[in-house]
Amino acid sequence: MNGAAPAVVVRDLVKRFGDFVAVNNISLEARPGEIFGFLGPNGAGKSTTIRMLCGLLRPTSGQALVAGLDVAREPERVRQNIGYMSQKFSLYNDLKVIENLRFFAGMYSVPAAELKERIDWAIDMAGLAGREQLLTGTLAAGWKQRLALGCAVLHRPPIVFLDEPTSGVDPISRRLFWELIHRMADDGVTVFVTTHYMDEAEYCNRLVLIDRGRIVASGSPLELKEKSMAGDLLLVECDQVGKALEELQGAPGVTDAAIFGNALHLVVGSADQAIPQVQEFLAARGIAVTRIEKIRPTLEDVFVSLTSLNRNEGNRDEGDKRDKGDKTVGTVTGREKGQP
Amino acid sequence: MNWNRLCAMARKEMIQIRRDARSIGIVIAMPIVMMFAFGYGVSFDTKHIPVYVYDQEKSQQSQDFVKRFQASVYFNVVKTVQSYPELVSAIDAGRCQIGLVVPPDFSKKLRSGQKVSVQAIFDGTDSNSASLGMSYTEAVAQAHSQQLQLAWLRGRGQGQPRLPVSVDARTWFNENLESMVTIVPGVVAMVMAVVGTFLTSLTVAREWERGTMEQLISTPVTPLEIMLGKLAPYVVIGLADTSLCAVMGVWWFGVPFRGHIWVFLLSTLLFLIVVLSLGYFFSVVAKTQLAASQVSLIATFLPAFLLSGFMYPIDQMPAVVRGITHVVPARYYMAILRNVFLKGSPVLTMWQDLLGLAIFAAVLGLAATRVFRKKLA
Ligand SMILES: Nc1ncnc2c1ncn2[C@@H]1O[C@H](COP(=O)(O)OP(=O)(O)O)[C@@H](O)[C@H]1O
Ligand SMILES: [Mg+2]
Repeated sequence: MNGAAPAVVVRDLVKRFGDFVAVNNISLEARPGEIFGFLGPNGAGKSTTIRMLCGLLRPTSGQALVAGLDVAREPERVRQNIGYMSQKFSLYNDLKVIENLRFFAGMYSVPAAELKERIDWAIDMAGLAGREQLLTGTLAAGWKQRLALGCAVLHRPPIVFLDEPTSGVDPISRRLFWELIHRMADDGVTVFVTTHYMDEAEYCNRLVLIDRGRIVASGSPLELKEKSMAGDLLLVECDQVGKALEELQGAPGVTDAAIFGNALHLVVGSADQAIPQVQEFLAARGIAVTRIEKIRPTLEDVFVSLTSLNRNEGNRDEGDKRDKGDKTVGTVTGREKGQP
Repeated sequence: MNWNRLCAMARKEMIQIRRDARSIGIVIAMPIVMMFAFGYGVSFDTKHIPVYVYDQEKSQQSQDFVKRFQASVYFNVVKTVQSYPELVSAIDAGRCQIGLVVPPDFSKKLRSGQKVSVQAIFDGTDSNSASLGMSYTEAVAQAHSQQLQLAWLRGRGQGQPRLPVSVDARTWFNENLESMVTIVPGVVAMVMAVVGTFLTSLTVAREWERGTMEQLISTPVTPLEIMLGKLAPYVVIGLADTSLCAVMGVWWFGVPFRGHIWVFLLSTLLFLIVVLSLGYFFSVVAKTQLAASQVSLIATFLPAFLLSGFMYPIDQMPAVVRGITHVVPARYYMAILRNVFLKGSPVLTMWQDLLGLAIFAAVLGLAATRVFRKKLA
């Protein structure tokens, strides 16, 4: 697999909207058959990048090759080789399930001989058997998303681009969806997927972390966890979490502090030294510590330590309505953590 | 061009039209409502105009004169009143549109060969029907005096009298001055403008608004396939609606159809290309349904209504406005339709209008194929 030509190659890709740089000089490669995760907070530039890869937006500069084809020069041949699921649900709500499938089969010129088999496959995959005649608009979000995936891969594209396919979907549907992604990857399909759910990032073969249009880290989930954090990670449970966070930022020996759920994560030079120091430090300020211990960093920790979330800056996304009021990376995983 | 994709696109569009109550309403109700609104609104008002008469003489002669009005389909002598104020208040109250005053010396003056003046008072609120009423009144009075004159000549033993000049009160191609006849072609053009431009202006904009466009342009479909697939159902609908209007005009309103059906269909097709291209163009450029539909109404419905010769005859327009009508495609279509319905003159006499329409269809059709880009920004 490593010897095969990369499925997606991006070189120095830049996208400006006026003065604003949404994607700032990105380079990456995705190998055939891998699940390539593209992670970042809202407004990081994930959708913009994926749209350039699908030929929907013209890059300001730089180059993108998809399936070995230059997207700028041969957009239509690229489109024949990809499936794309946009971030906003974009099938026709006023068409029936079966009508949406037939329509997209038509758009991708699925040969007549394969048509029935492909549509049956998509219905089965989406778990929509018996619901073919329902108006798509009446389906629950999880079904809609699986149907959208079905529509996007009717022509068996070797590469699929999924832009936050699971956002706004319940956890069970999310798990189902990831099983589908894995099945596709097992069949050799390259899956280029964006997400801001950290637990999903663990499912990817390789990750690129993007923040404010720039790549801040990349590698396998394991590599990222091992390498990207300088020092040890402490979990601190205490009362007055907010006050504790304020005090600990800039406390001696603490490189970084962030809230996770209802506890704190601290990045410190060495856990053995820091644990007594922190306990003492907080006690001196009248904050009672109920638990403090060294933990293995999760991707979320890596992420927070690398991105703007850490610097207490909100998401800078203004254009993307759907993400408005949605959870940012840090808080999402905080909430999702308790789930099995 | 891929036939599969084109058909899939057209089929999808047809399904969406069928499921959208607003589109269905416009497609079916629009032609019927417009035909009836204009048909009855116009033709009934100008027939059977209510008339009150104040006959100050009540002689045989004056009664004969009044009977002429009664006999005409354009007038309906509702009542004979006994005083001038009664007449005036009837007009003020809108009980009649014309008040006719026959002077007390009507027969005496006639006998002595003097000129008699009959006073007619018009309700000018609706200037259109007032002026129509005025010309009908003049025509009736004229006919009556002609007859009196003939009788007078005959009475003087002049043998078979002949009038030096006879006014043949026939209006060519519109024998009975029935406005409906001139209106049908106009209604057809306006229905086309609305159905064609307004409905198509929504199609692309709707996909942008609902976010479905992003998915659509990520597929290998070409801009031309999108355009033709989206417009094909409207060509069918447009032809059906035009035919519906024509059938209603002929069977219900008794408008003649003297030309060739294929001239009718050809010109309709050309005009459809014009209006559909415009609608598509606005839809692509505006990207929101509201903006696209407003622009399309302003750009097609209004000119079709005001500048095509429908409401106001083109040759009576100020020169500048007349010049502007040359860039109103509805003008050519209207001229062809009037010919097809009312005159049925040879096709060659219409070559200018057909050419005008064809040029617009070609230019706008080509322009429409160019505007759409498969890009988000
Ligand atoms: N068409 C556009 N015009 C101007 N700014 C845009 C446009 N599209 C996206 N942006 C901005 O670019 C940044 C990146 O957006 P996006 O790629 O959607 O982020 P993500 O998908 O990672 O949430 C955001 O700040 C967004 O507001
Ligand atoms: Mg996005």
